[in-house]
Amino acid sequence: MANALRSITLRRLAVATVLVLGAGFALAFFYAPEDADQGFIQKIFYLHVPLATAALLGWIVAAIWAIQHLRTGDPKYDARSYVSIHISVIFGLAVLLTGAIWAKGSWGVWWEWKEPTLVSFLIVFLLYATYYPLRYAIEDRERQARYSSVFAITAGAFVPLNFLAVRLAEPLIHPRTFSSTGGLPDSMLFAFVVCLAGMALLWTTLVWFELDAKSASGNLSKIRRALEATA
Amino acid sequence: MSPFSALLRKDLRVELRTLRSLPAMALFAVSAFVIFRFGLDREQLDGELAAGVLVPTLLFAALLAINRLFVAEREEGGFDLIRLAPIDRPVLFAAKASALVIYLVVLELIAVPIFALFFLDSASGLLPFALILLLANIGLAATGTVISTIATMSSARDLLAPLILLPLLIPLVIAAAGAGEHLLAAGGPDYGRFGTWLALLGLYDLVFLLVGYATFDYLLED
Amino acid sequence: MTPLLALESNTGYVAGAYLVFVLLLLIYVAIMAAKLQRIQRELGSLAELADRPSGRGGGRNATQVGDRDQEIQAVRQGGQR
Repeated sequence: MANALRSITLRRLAVATVLVLGAGFALAFFYAPEDADQGFIQKIFYLHVPLATAALLGWIVAAIWAIQHLRTGDPKYDARSYVSIHISVIFGLAVLLTGAIWAKGSWGVWWEWKEPTLVSFLIVFLLYATYYPLRYAIEDRERQARYSSVFAITAGAFVPLNFLAVRLAEPLIHPRTFSSTGGLPDSMLFAFVVCLAGMALLWTTLVWFELDAKSASGNLSKIRRALEATA
Repeated sequence: MSPFSALLRKDLRVELRTLRSLPAMALFAVSAFVIFRFGLDREQLDGELAAGVLVPTLLFAALLAINRLFVAEREEGGFDLIRLAPIDRPVLFAAKASALVIYLVVLELIAVPIFALFFLDSASGLLPFALILLLANIGLAATGTVISTIATMSSARDLLAPLILLPLLIPLVIAAAGAGEHLLAAGGPDYGRFGTWLALLGLYDLVFLLVGYATFDYLLED
Repeated sequence: MTPLLALESNTGYVAGAYLVFVLLLLIYVAIMAAKLQRIQRELGSLAELADRPSGRGGGRNATQVGDRDQEIQAVRQGGQR
């Protein structure tokens, strides 16, 4: 019964994602006006920034699941934390790639150290990339889960600190930023918010999907063990 | 004697008795300075170059120290003994982190004067820089203790600790190098943004001391 | 003429960025599809395993069950005596 409910929810999430994200992109290209300063290249903003926001929120969510895991010891929280980090890392990769393309289009260079958000994102991405070797290096499953949760909490605390530090590193006069969300005309803001909602839905759908696949594999192993025992 | 001071004395006494990692760390730092001299082809350093040589060298020496401090514990089984003893985990965290801070301070007392000897025109910026280094040491000790505890219980411990720590310590590098750039400037120390860097370091220290304090229990649960 | 060219090269970058996003998404879907196929195969072989007691493997089962039956019979007879 619970499984049937879950699959209905997953389907609904997926449909909602397609609708909202599709609407968001349509708004970005056909409703929002072209940016006066940056020109057409600014349209990447509706892709890059929602991806980044979703990834960052995803990592914070992972830290919260990790706290729950440490407090209750329930492995389902560990699974949620792991998958949250995993999907956010994939989103993070997309952020870096789209950011590089945006930089190339805007300033002619594939990377810009003076863009503080891009640089902080690289650092955070590097940190979360170490999550995988960490998990694989610890064999005992229970300990692996516990240590991963401590890592997820440490990394979650690190994210805002890191953004602050990188911002401070760049002399206040010289940063080269993509247009920020402050001071956007309403139509652009509206398109942006819809895209943001779409990305958040996409993140949630993928996490749900991945968790489902994991629990299916887990159940299969359980069944196999039971069958082989009685055979 | 409180468990905290007992543990601290044990760590320090072990270190003093065997003098294992300190000479190695100091030697490493001095060799690194020589390498930078040739790598950069410079005999005098100031401002951002000075900071750019000193801070990373201290960072990498600290990583060596962290590996030594906790790997040794694990190999000698000392870690297991402590885990079985009825000591509050946060106390254990505080003791280990404090021992690490003291090591780092001693290392810097050796390495920084040598750096000044090699490369600096004037040592007037060193005293305020020492404050920066002290705060950075505290932050390093907090994250270093947590991450190396995780790493020593894993199979790839030598590689894992530096791998995870390097991104985590970048804000400290930003602050220390940022401050060093001004304090070690050619014309004498300049206190522009000194407060900013102190604040950033302080915030980092606070956050990660808290994280370490709150999570150390779960690292040593078995 | 020049503004048109500028628009075209910028369109390239914008298209590239969105394309990267779509490609990553498709790669993810492909990997998940492979995972699901593996799950399907596993399910298939488990179904076979579940069916087996009535086939070859069942022979072994039947023998064991048969042994226990004899044991139970022996105990009952012992009790009755």
